Amino acid sequence: MNTEIKNIKKLIVKHSLELDCGKTIKNFPLAYETYGNLNKEKNNAILVFHALTGDQFCTNINPITKREGWWNTAVGPGKAIDTNKYFVICANVVGGCMGSYGPKEINTKTNKLFGITFPVITIRDMVRAQKYLLDHLGIEKLLAVVGGSMGGMQVLQFTALYPNKAHSAIPIACSASHSAQNIALNELGRQAIMADPNWKKENSSPDKGLAVARMAAHITYLSKKGLQEKFGRKLQDKGSLKFSFDADFQIESYLRYQGSTFVDRFDANSYLFITRAMDYFDLEKQFKGNLSLAFKNTKSKFCVISFSSDWLYPTIENKEIVIALNACGANVGFVEINSDKGHDSFLLDVPEFLLTLSEFLNSTYNEIKNEKRI
Amino acid sequence: MKKEFEVISQIIKNNKRVLDVGCGDGTLMEYLKNNQQNDVRGLEPQKNLVQKCISKGLSVIEGDAEKELFQFPKKSFDYVVLSQTLQAFFNPEEVLNQLLRIGKQTIVSIPNFGYWKVRLHLLFKGTMPITKNLPNEWYNTPNLHMCTIQDFVNFCKKKNIKIDKSMCLTNEKISEITNRNMVYKNIFSQLGIFLIE
Repeated sequence: MNTEIKNIKKLIVKHSLELDCGKTIKNFPLAYETYGNLNKEKNNAILVFHALTGDQFCTNINPITKREGWWNTAVGPGKAIDTNKYFVICANVVGGCMGSYGPKEINTKTNKLFGITFPVITIRDMVRAQKYLLDHLGIEKLLAVVGGSMGGMQVLQFTALYPNKAHSAIPIACSASHSAQNIALNELGRQAIMADPNWKKENSSPDKGLAVARMAAHITYLSKKGLQEKFGRKLQDKGSLKFSFDADFQIESYLRYQGSTFVDRFDANSYLFITRAMDYFDLEKQFKGNLSLAFKNTKSKFCVISFSSDWLYPTIENKEIVIALNACGANVGFVEINSDKGHDSFLLDVPEFLLTLSEFLNSTYNEIKNEKRI
Repeated sequence: MKKEFEVISQIIKNNKRVLDVGCGDGTLMEYLKNNQQNDVRGLEPQKNLVQKCISKGLSVIEGDAEKELFQFPKKSFDYVVLSQTLQAFFNPEEVLNQLLRIGKQTIVSIPNFGYWKVRLHLLFKGTMPITKNLPNEWYNTPNLHMCTIQDFVNFCKKKNIKIDKSMCLTNEKISEITNRNMVYKNIFSQLGIFLIE
């Protein structure tokens, strides 16, 4: 797997970046992928931010995992984020495990893997690192920044840091600061990893712990209704209960499968560091307790989207972003999409969501093109 | 575009900030944005209509005016528009207070319950009036607080709300309401449109 990772696109960021934890990094790798073509006017670029377990391969087949890109429903030719029309950029966040500077990389000072010695990074660090990629690609102003979940947090952080770098911003199913419930659920995952005896051993990975973390997290991405409709009390083998702790129920088997495939593609330490970054995210605190100050100078047109059955980042938390934007007179639209697919709705085929996304981008793009003509 | 929106758009000056409360599918917003260079925002409770607006590139927030207006700062819009919805709120007085707080000026239109057909309907049929503008039965109407043009003017006087302009629509014809023609307009107009502050 490592040799393949060497063949993917990487920018070595020469600048030094002072992380929020106080450490400074430089000459660090940022792995990325692009789709579609940048037009002559350089006004069709969209920066897509990935969520906790995503990576730069948002569409097509991921060359490392050989599976479909994580946002294949939304990104691609003729899709909502149409790669025939737009130039899509997606980078693996710092702390990730798909080639960017992260705990799975070698620490050049010690010649050993970083592992748990990796610096604690933040959402702000992730976003600042990706700004270097835009500079490298020569993009002055993006058509849009877009992302769901942790990707949405990066959208918010991006617009707060760079008020005039994106014509539009689409934070989806996210929050401006992690709630106690969010932190609690992340801590559950981290403790599962750290309780695995393999976690501290060299040259081994805490697969069991990471799988449990994923199983728990996966439940939070779905809704009760969605789970009930899909699985109910259906049994794995049609016969009867086995009176054992094997996976009798289909839901158990499904979760076990989710856990076991996850460990093949994700690094346990990356999971620790990225969930920590999410927990530390508090945009309100960054702006002295007043969230609307984060957007005071923003020139971006916002479209905030939430999902009715998302209990991980519920509509009310998305609305707080809308309220803060309205309080400073920013340009914002908001819609809650009806879906019983829970938090995962933004990754799935939810036609009303994809249509809203597509048409918002389309109308923004047309506005920009018309402005240029005048 | 319907006549009422023509009247409203003529009241609104170019290049101003406008909030359309209950903006529907965004017809008025689109007109104001494209023809008068207004910076427009909307608030609309129905999801499918919000999606329609967002698709058109209009910045509309999904939400109920009775719950969502608090979030807009004082005098943050030059005009706030409320078209034929005041009578449907649980607490129209509170909504009106919010509109007056947010907007430097507010444009409110009301279906006139003093219209002669409404009066005759109740007088002769003895049942709740059903007209083109008020098509619902008493048991399924969204209109909780119907009023007449005269009622609205009285209300403004009582609450010290300044009326800058009062217009009315009579069979699609626009005219001005004055102190002298008030009684007449209150009988023959279907719709009252007021610019208040």
